[in-house]
Amino acid sequence: MKVLAIDTSNHPMSVALVEDDQLLATTTLNMVCNHSIYLMPTIDRLCQLVKWSPTDLDRVVVAQGPGSYTGIRIAATTAKVLADTLNIDLVGVSSLEVVARNVLPMTTAIIVPFFDTRRGNVFAGAYQWKDGQLTSQIADQHLAMSDLLTQLAKIDQQVIMVGHVTKKLADQFEKLPQNVSLAPRAYGIPSTYQLALVGVDQPAVKEIDPFVPHYLRITEAEANWQKLHPGVTRKNYVREV
Amino acid sequence: MAERTLILAFETSCDETSVAVVENGTKILSNVVATQIDSHQRFGGVVPEVASRHHIEWITRCVDQSLEEAGVGYGDIAAVAVTYGPGLVGSLLVGVTAAKVVAWAHHLPLIPVNHMAGHLYAARYVGEFMYPQMALLVSGGHTELVYMPKEHEYEIIGETRDDAAGEAYDKIGRVLGVNYPAGKTIDEWAAQGHDTFHFPRAMEKEANYDFSFSGLKSAFINTVHNADQRGEQLNKYDLAASFQQSVVDVLAEKTMRALDRYPVKQLILAGGVAANHGLRTRLDHDMAKYHPEVGMLQAPLKLCGDNAAMIGAAGYVDYQHGDHAGMDLNAVPGLMFKRMEVK
Repeated sequence: MKVLAIDTSNHPMSVALVEDDQLLATTTLNMVCNHSIYLMPTIDRLCQLVKWSPTDLDRVVVAQGPGSYTGIRIAATTAKVLADTLNIDLVGVSSLEVVARNVLPMTTAIIVPFFDTRRGNVFAGAYQWKDGQLTSQIADQHLAMSDLLTQLAKIDQQVIMVGHVTKKLADQFEKLPQNVSLAPRAYGIPSTYQLALVGVDQPAVKEIDPFVPHYLRITEAEANWQKLHPGVTRKNYVREV
Repeated sequence: MAERTLILAFETSCDETSVAVVENGTKILSNVVATQIDSHQRFGGVVPEVASRHHIEWITRCVDQSLEEAGVGYGDIAAVAVTYGPGLVGSLLVGVTAAKVVAWAHHLPLIPVNHMAGHLYAARYVGEFMYPQMALLVSGGHTELVYMPKEHEYEIIGETRDDAAGEAYDKIGRVLGVNYPAGKTIDEWAAQGHDTFHFPRAMEKEANYDFSFSGLKSAFINTVHNADQRGEQLNKYDLAASFQQSVVDVLAEKTMRALDRYPVKQLILAGGVAANHGLRTRLDHDMAKYHPEVGMLQAPLKLCGDNAAMIGAAGYVDYQHGDHAGMDLNAVPGLMFKRMEVK
């Protein structure tokens, strides 16, 4: 199975071409965050290197979020349109899970990947390796970093946090609870090889059209509107004309 | 059978997700438009993040349906055209990303299209273009006079210095309790009222081709608020008629003067506000009176709003001129035609 894996959820952009369980080519950029400019040229170059034509692809696996709204939209649009136009499989994987997988399966600790979302908040989830499978322990969510640390302090197990500690979050990492430690910096960079491997094992989405990023937050405008209009159940606000 | 060149066109610059198949730049084989108006009406205007989210929900459905309605497959397509600006960056990115993927997957050339050129080319479905040409482009985001010495050359000779005409309609609409987009209702009310308030005509007498609508908007809002404070109820039809008369006067007069200064063979009227009946009627009248030698093409009503068919028509011409983008094409939210120094 020829797999393309894409992750542009945050600052790093990563692309991998994987055949069955073999990595053929991968590129990760961690510079100026302009995934719109670099993503397609990177996919194109890697395909040329391994001599794949677009139609050779069997499956596209994408880090579906959470993350930067623009970032996850670029990856999800690329993945869903590619799957649709080539009529190939599409798989979405949590962007937090991708980073959690950087922490070795030998550990029994709770693995907590996190992404800074500014203003002291993070996207975070909790995962744990069980019998070689990474399982979700606490669902991915958006919360205050201080609340996350309070929750983690109550867990009666070792916790390994993994992610990029931005300047804004640095203070809170200086006084981590006793059971919590931070994985080295390199573990915070997503590996699309790992992403592809997860994607190969998962069933493809049944319908491509409804595939959207996992934002984990409704927009501020919609949140305010819902407060003013409780009980409105209309779901679809887009219509063809 | 004559050779046909099919363009698959994408338009997602604001709150419409649209994909079209256009033959030789002049024939619409399909033009699928999914509008988000009902969504943004909740907020009284377009919310960019909400718009971006809707685009990604609809993009593949629009592509598939567009090909299906046209009765063609990717093998029949010659090139992919896409709006890359101006517009909302998050919205543009969905279309640009989708177009790049389709072009890459099927080894097709990618044509970057300026959204304003697209609006202009909506009029191409009415008749052939003749040059030199002048265009009055009026929409919710733009108000500009564009001079085209020949095909594929665009020069702005005048534009709005503040609000776009359509934006002014939405803002005064809000004061009258008309939800976004207010243009159609205000146009209908205006037809039932009279210009009794004589709002200012900004920059009407100035020796340039620029527009300004924020003074008119403020005068309108002040008039309504002052009446409210006196407990007086003003006639909404007369208010609408007075507002529209001011907008139409300025647009028509500046356009006539531009035509005095730049002799052209044809005037194009396009953009969302080109659907305004007051404006269409006024230009018909003024052109017959002042510039009977100049032909006029008004964009068809159903192609005045954002749609991909217009992008396909403009993209076809860009394609003939050899415009190609690489896979590094990015959205350019502030994309503009170059501005010409007006003497």
